[in-house]
Amino acid sequence: MSSNDPQGYKKTLNSPYTGFKGWVDSRLPLVRMMEAEYLKFPVPKSLNYFWSFGGIAMFCLIGLILTGIFLGFHYKPSADDAFDSVERIMRDVSFGWLIRYLHANLVSFFFIATFIHIFRALYFGSYKAPRELVYIFGLTMFMLMMATAFLGYTLPWGQMSYWGATVITNLFSAIPVVGDAILTLLLGDFTVGDAAVNRFYVLHWLLAFAIVGLVVFHVITLHMTGSNNPSGSEPQSWDETVSFHPYVTIKDLNATIFFFIILAFILFYYPNILGHSDNYIKANPMVTPAHIVPEWYFLPFYAILRAIPDKLGGVLAMFGSILALGLLPWLDTSKVRSCLFRPVWRYCVLLFAINFLVLMYMGGKPAEGIYVLISRIGTAYWFLFIFVLAPLVGFLETPRQPLSITNYLRSKKA
Amino acid sequence: MSDKKTPRRDFIKLSAMTLGGVGAASLAIPFISSMNPGKDTLALASTEIDLTPLEEGQSLTVIWRGKPVFIKHRTKKDIEDAKNTSLADLPDAEEDSARVQNDKWLVVLGVCTHLGCVPLGQKTSDTKGDYGGWFCPCHGSHYDTSGRIRKGPAPTNLPVPPYVFLTDNRIKIG
Amino acid sequence: MKKLFFILFFLSSFNTFSAGSKIDIPKYDWSWKGFFGTYDRASAQRGLKVYREVCAGCHSMNYLSYRNLGDLGFSEDHIKAIAAENLILDGPNDEGEMFERDGLPSDKFANPYANDKAARAANNGAYPPDLSLIVKARPKGADYVKSLLLGYVDPPEDMTIPNGQHYNKYMAGNLIAMASPLSDGLVDYDDGTQNSMDQMTTDVTTFLAWAAEPSLEDRKRMGFKVILFLVVLFILAYISKQQIWRDVKY
Repeated sequence: MSSNDPQGYKKTLNSPYTGFKGWVDSRLPLVRMMEAEYLKFPVPKSLNYFWSFGGIAMFCLIGLILTGIFLGFHYKPSADDAFDSVERIMRDVSFGWLIRYLHANLVSFFFIATFIHIFRALYFGSYKAPRELVYIFGLTMFMLMMATAFLGYTLPWGQMSYWGATVITNLFSAIPVVGDAILTLLLGDFTVGDAAVNRFYVLHWLLAFAIVGLVVFHVITLHMTGSNNPSGSEPQSWDETVSFHPYVTIKDLNATIFFFIILAFILFYYPNILGHSDNYIKANPMVTPAHIVPEWYFLPFYAILRAIPDKLGGVLAMFGSILALGLLPWLDTSKVRSCLFRPVWRYCVLLFAINFLVLMYMGGKPAEGIYVLISRIGTAYWFLFIFVLAPLVGFLETPRQPLSITNYLRSKKA
Repeated sequence: MSDKKTPRRDFIKLSAMTLGGVGAASLAIPFISSMNPGKDTLALASTEIDLTPLEEGQSLTVIWRGKPVFIKHRTKKDIEDAKNTSLADLPDAEEDSARVQNDKWLVVLGVCTHLGCVPLGQKTSDTKGDYGGWFCPCHGSHYDTSGRIRKGPAPTNLPVPPYVFLTDNRIKIG
Repeated sequence: MKKLFFILFFLSSFNTFSAGSKIDIPKYDWSWKGFFGTYDRASAQRGLKVYREVCAGCHSMNYLSYRNLGDLGFSEDHIKAIAAENLILDGPNDEGEMFERDGLPSDKFANPYANDKAARAANNGAYPPDLSLIVKARPKGADYVKSLLLGYVDPPEDMTIPNGQHYNKYMAGNLIAMASPLSDGLVDYDDGTQNSMDQMTTDVTTFLAWAAEPSLEDRKRMGFKVILFLVVLFILAYISKQQIWRDVKY
């Protein structure tokens, strides 16, 4: 008789609740699950606002799904009609402009929240044992996010949609031997066109819901270990925790509202500032824009792609940069989690973050001269950080003695 | 937790939750509203028709909201026949005067009330059925000169769409 | 605080991501700029006249319908009249033929050419772009459009201008297939406004800005209400948070 199956072969319905709640809960244990995971769940009391970004990302995802559905009621996924259908949404559909701008800007803010969320994981060692799978599911969701965003951006069928799709799908032809055949299979045609936009629309929906599904696994694996916290030390008693509700719910709600104030500011006053003016020109296969630039959240990876002179090498480096991040839990040899107590590694991580922003800036520049040089240095540091610094610094560094949650909080008060 | 603090704490929480609820409801409005017909669809929701080219006895078919509308310039005989029918003969009893604003002009939806076919009778070469109006070839419904069902499986008269006379010779449907 | 820093850092760096031209575009004072800006309707109405008399011969306005002009203050009758001045291709009729009829308010603005190829053929291979979105489709938007219209200055002495091209200070590459479309006094204004180049370019750009983004005023108005609401909600949520966390001791 295992603890998962206390009744053994004989099943009787029971529930800690009574009444209607009890009736449902004894048949579908959702009520007790919600209470355990989202009401009573113990969370370290030392969390700072960096820990709110997972929840913020989730609200962005919900917003994207909702706005996406209502856009989907009007959007037409064909090369002839797509651009026109988006303009119809902007002009003729009641509040269509609001739903469209909200969808487009939520993508950017989803990425902002995710980047900060990942930075938190790197800085405070949330990727380290026993949270490796939380981290792996997270990186998988990040890759799905990028695929979904790429597919979504092709849908308005503007100049950047078309040419961005052409450039990125052409990467598949870098695969030796079968590359071109795979590309034709993916596009359903010899070039990006009607067949592509139609299937990209379907895949966009599919991957968006795949992300929702993975959120479940991300949270399950997180709840097996409990959250990390800035001190890196696990809670030693109930006293070092607070219940998820109301403490974390209200704190996350605060952060979310603040985040949405910034989103509202961009959405209502500068809705096109994060986009490209070229995408308001209908796609024209005969005219290539002067500068093909992906959306800002892809720029660091675009810089890495163009830093490597070989086409296949660039593709491998670009995908490899994220896959390599997945190896960190095993490559980082330090026994200490949080950078607050790792005097050398903390600068490596901060430098990694600055490097990310530098690569982002480089990705928006033409691939020539000093920009390529800096991109190469940045790419080199990215892989150096993971494969050389992580194991070495962990081994050679003398960390400070990590504080317990209580001592960490007291030291902050001082 | 002192009792002194509790009412104030509850007030803040209550106002926050109420405001949040108002926000959530307001958020729903644009989304639901977006499901309404778009402004381009609404712009086509009414059609203006110039009646001058229609001679006596002639019929015109126009599309309104995706469906055919029959506009007939009725002859004196058409009008007489329509008015002299006893209500007992009508499966769906309705006076002709209740179906026209001006006796000369009959405006009805050209969709058979049985299963939706478009009845014949608009062209002068078309059969008009046994009652001088329209005949539906799908299942044999006969309509009279007021568009009322007389014989056949259709249950009700041809519907009269909302319309107004802008001038003596111009109507706006919808 | 750190979170705010990151967000602001991201946002402040965005204007460096556009690979725009290196030509300096002058900035103008547009009536719709700022948090409470609105479209100057009188200016936009004059701009419509400029569009119809000067630009509509070559440039389509495919995403505007005549009924949209109600937003600029034109009466229903006036809109019907403007629409009826244009011929719209319709059909097929009962004989199976396409025919032309007078425009209705529900029609989209008539296209000067039957299709893109006809447009190119009539303009030496150059395609006059559709103007419905031009203000959003160019970096620096309205400033660029107005500057371009005013940018037909004398070329530098050493530059040879190929046949069919014209020198323009603000066009990327400095060569543009369109000859200067405007000149002082070209369009007579019904309200008697002085029809200088500066006035006409301002008016037509205002009209084009409205055409590209008719929802701007609704958007800014809603933005004010939404942000005000969120700020109030944030204050309440913040106070709630402080109160709830007050009893957490260490």
